[in-house]
Amino acid sequence: MSRAQRLAGIIAAHNGREGPLLPILHAVQAAFGCIDREAEAEIARALNLSRAEVHGVVSFYHDFRQSADPRPEVQLCRAEACQARGAEALVPAAEAAAGERVRLTVVHCLGLCSVGPNARVGDDLFARLDEVGLVRLIGAA
Amino acid sequence: MGYERQPDFGTPATGSPDTVTLRIDGRDVTVPAGVSVMRAAALAGSAIPRLCATDNLSAFGSCRLCLVEVEGMKGTPASCTTPVAEGMVVRTRTQRLEKLRRGVMELYISDHPLDCLTCSANGDCELQDQAAAVGLRDVRYGHAGENHLGLSVDRSNPYFAFDPAKCVVCSRCVRACDEVQGTFALTIAGRGFASTVSAGQAGDDFLGSECVSCGACVQACPTAALQEKTVEDIGKPERAVVTTCAYCGVGCTFRAEMRGQQLVRMVPWKDGKANRGHSCVKGRFAWGYANHRDRITSPMIREAVDRPWREVSWDEALSFAAGRLKAIKARYGARALGGITSSRCTNEETFLVQKLVRAGFGTNNVDTCARVCHSPTGYGLKTTFGASAGTQDFDSVMQADVIIVMGANPTDAHPVFASRMKRRLRQGARLIVIDPRRIDLVRSPHIEAAHHLALQPGTNVAVLTAMAHVVVTEGLTDEDFIRERCEWDAYQDWAGFVSDARHSPEALAAVTRVPAETVRAAARLYATGGNSAIYYGLGVTEHSQGSSTVMAIANLAMATGNIGRAGVGVNPLRGQNNVQGSCDMGSFPHELSGYRHISDASVRALFEQDWGVALDPEPGLRIPNMLDAAIDGSFRAIYIQGEDILQSDPDTAHVAAGLAAMDCVIVHDLFLNETAAYAHVFLPGSTFLEKDGTFTNAERRIQLVRKVMEPANGPDGQGLADWQVTQALANAMGLGWNYTHPCEIMDEIARLTPAFAGVSHARLEEAGSLQWPVNDACPAGLPIMHAEGFVRGPDGKGKGRFVVTDYVPTDEKTGPRYPLLLTTGRILSQYNVGTQTRRTANVVWHDEDLLEIHPSDAENRGIRTGDRVRLASRKGETTLRAEITDRVAPGVVYTTFHHPGTQANVVTTEFSDWATNCPEYKVTAVQVTLSNGPTQWQEDYAGRAAGARRIAAAEPGE
Repeated sequence: MSRAQRLAGIIAAHNGREGPLLPILHAVQAAFGCIDREAEAEIARALNLSRAEVHGVVSFYHDFRQSADPRPEVQLCRAEACQARGAEALVPAAEAAAGERVRLTVVHCLGLCSVGPNARVGDDLFARLDEVGLVRLIGAA
Repeated sequence: MGYERQPDFGTPATGSPDTVTLRIDGRDVTVPAGVSVMRAAALAGSAIPRLCATDNLSAFGSCRLCLVEVEGMKGTPASCTTPVAEGMVVRTRTQRLEKLRRGVMELYISDHPLDCLTCSANGDCELQDQAAAVGLRDVRYGHAGENHLGLSVDRSNPYFAFDPAKCVVCSRCVRACDEVQGTFALTIAGRGFASTVSAGQAGDDFLGSECVSCGACVQACPTAALQEKTVEDIGKPERAVVTTCAYCGVGCTFRAEMRGQQLVRMVPWKDGKANRGHSCVKGRFAWGYANHRDRITSPMIREAVDRPWREVSWDEALSFAAGRLKAIKARYGARALGGITSSRCTNEETFLVQKLVRAGFGTNNVDTCARVCHSPTGYGLKTTFGASAGTQDFDSVMQADVIIVMGANPTDAHPVFASRMKRRLRQGARLIVIDPRRIDLVRSPHIEAAHHLALQPGTNVAVLTAMAHVVVTEGLTDEDFIRERCEWDAYQDWAGFVSDARHSPEALAAVTRVPAETVRAAARLYATGGNSAIYYGLGVTEHSQGSSTVMAIANLAMATGNIGRAGVGVNPLRGQNNVQGSCDMGSFPHELSGYRHISDASVRALFEQDWGVALDPEPGLRIPNMLDAAIDGSFRAIYIQGEDILQSDPDTAHVAAGLAAMDCVIVHDLFLNETAAYAHVFLPGSTFLEKDGTFTNAERRIQLVRKVMEPANGPDGQGLADWQVTQALANAMGLGWNYTHPCEIMDEIARLTPAFAGVSHARLEEAGSLQWPVNDACPAGLPIMHAEGFVRGPDGKGKGRFVVTDYVPTDEKTGPRYPLLLTTGRILSQYNVGTQTRRTANVVWHDEDLLEIHPSDAENRGIRTGDRVRLASRKGETTLRAEITDRVAPGVVYTTFHHPGTQANVVTTEFSDWATNCPEYKVTAVQVTLSNGPTQWQEDYAGRAAGARRIAAAEPGE
């Protein structure tokens, strides 16, 4: 199936429900690793929105990428609760472990404030991380 | 008026008749219910600081400068988003508020260049004003931190620049594009501190985005982030004059902002009743033609059209012209002379031209370009309703529930009205589009037509009759309305006619190619959807059955009771700024001003007495008949004011032959237009910026045009406005006219025309604008016609008349040699034959006419987008580039007619409306084939036109 057909299929699967834009964007990102310019334009055409409107939404959310990045991603929470539990001290080691191979991104709260520092890889959450645990996590990503 | 900004009350009015009294800073204030605290304070004359609020956009509440304290409410609510309530106590100036505001402003200014002295908005900047208003004295954060300074300026749009460094991300531009214009071309990209205004997507600039350059964002911008390039180049204006746009029939009111005699910018006027503060790319920006180097500012004459032009004095040109006219009249009689009035000129100028022809030349050979556009509207609406005009004002669309757009493309041809319509559609009104082509309104962001009847060109009457069939046979008529207001016998005849099974959608689908179910659904929606309004354009009138189509529309509206109140009606979208006015002023050969027939002796007597001459009781010749008569040799001289008939009229070769056969062609225009190639006398014209007068728009609204600069066609103070030139020509013929100002001409019009009896420049000055009729019965004019009843017949009390409109297929048929149907239209950035807009930067959007062709028709001809193709009809052929698109149906091709190099009218035919001779531009059988170069006509034409434009070098002085 061509890229255009897959995109059309994703749009068709969600179009018609109330507020279809975000579910479509999530599905496109999951399928292609990003929502690029062409995908934005095609989604806009399908939902009868302007290209600018779709771009505004895509660029607003950190989770949506406008170009694909094949590297694995590790999200480290650096919000207040995790900071209070020592997350900031883990950053230098995490950055060193990630290097160029892993994309280490900052998030603000994964909803596990009492058991931080926390990180996320894919759909898996990791709590009570110390330096060794975090470096191992990044190494395995 | 000096140059002060129009008052801005921060948030929109509610229009509520109820009032609320509240206390603001110790003063009791009574305001309309539902307004914001910000607006209430502004109405009371105090100004709450603000940046993101402006009164043509709904409140947004993002800038946090307009915070107030309200007793009984927690915190400091934003005054723009807080509605007033009875007994509310508001404080706008407390120490706490001042400190908050100063803190907010400090943050704004910490990321804003401090180059006020050299900034193009210096002295005209809301950020500057608000910094002063909150008393900002220093910025504790410095300017060294993260910022947006030094980002590159987007100069891609020819008329304005976007400097992100000066942007405060108030979103006014984004909201103006969404709410006012309805294009949604802008967004805020990113979030938080990284938020920036983005036109289109990443990688787009303004020109590459969906932006239509209407200027609403520039007008909304509180800083110099979005700024007109003319303001950058020239500087801040020093005075402003309110005047009326000279492009389309919407009739937008603008402030011409001036510096001395130099126009700095045109800004839409919020109090303009036609445009309500909005504009399009033409009126807002495309006025550079007024000073284009091609403009001719000296009178010119030549003995024969193969000679070069000779620049002469006004006196010499006028006596040359008058001499030829008098000689022709003496030899061939008055009926060998004629004139064409201009829908681009003022009512006063038009009136004078027809007076010159009738009273001076002594003939009724006067016609106007409405002949080729809306003459069927005049005929059709007069026959059915009794008045040759649209029934509504533009505001009416905001109360429509169902809108039919037929043979019109408002987003391109009437963009400011289209924005109103789109606003109403976004509020939930339903749309039916009847057009062979998928125009933007069929589907564009946030707008989608409920039904698109993509009919075969030339089958308008069949589609409307089929809709009427559904309305009558399914019992959807408004019988009370018909019995009370319409002629019952005529209705019954009509109802019987449309009910015939051969007029059912099923029977007619074979010719219209519209599925019967779609026609039935559209008819039911129109008849039962609430307030239903019909808006139509030249796709209705420019057909062999144009008048029938107009009457079929009127029938449908009467049958469903959709006439005589707000939200309904029959509304022609007029092409030219003053086409309504030029028709009103007696420009047709058979009618004196106010649509009174020339054969009516009592009407004629009125004019004869006033003008002191005897008038010919016989109607004169229409434009095509003048050309025919010229070829026969009985018509010898013509005075053409502001119209390029060679390019705009059908069957170019025939027009050229007619002009070439005349002994005296006088062209009165801004440019040596295509028609001037056949002229003997050229009288330089004046632009709408250089004259006083009035234009009448599509809603019958008479608006003042005010002179903002001296005419360029003479030394300072000696240039002549067009009405002065016509008067000078009349006087050269010995008529002895002595008007000193157009207001005197309007007084004469009012004296001689019942519908204009109450109109004068003084009244217009006072009222802003008036919708005719303005007389004893309607002293304040009439926004909505036929509210009490129709106005047919001599007494104006006759009932509405249903007219049987039998579908007669046009003689222009496809066949093996010419298998495709060509239809024509316009594009947003260009206007008519492009005389003006081709001489502006608007050419960046459209620099050539393209032929739209369906992929299947293109494929079996081997045509790809961008290929040069030959477009041939039995009349002629031309070449242009193809664009493959499914906007047109298979079997239909489409092009625009803006460029003389294409000359789309070389291929259009001599067929015309049976009642009014309005040409059938919209249907021509053609063949399209690949081509490798321009046609012989195009090559010859380019050479001929260049030759005809030669101007002899001035002789060296002694």
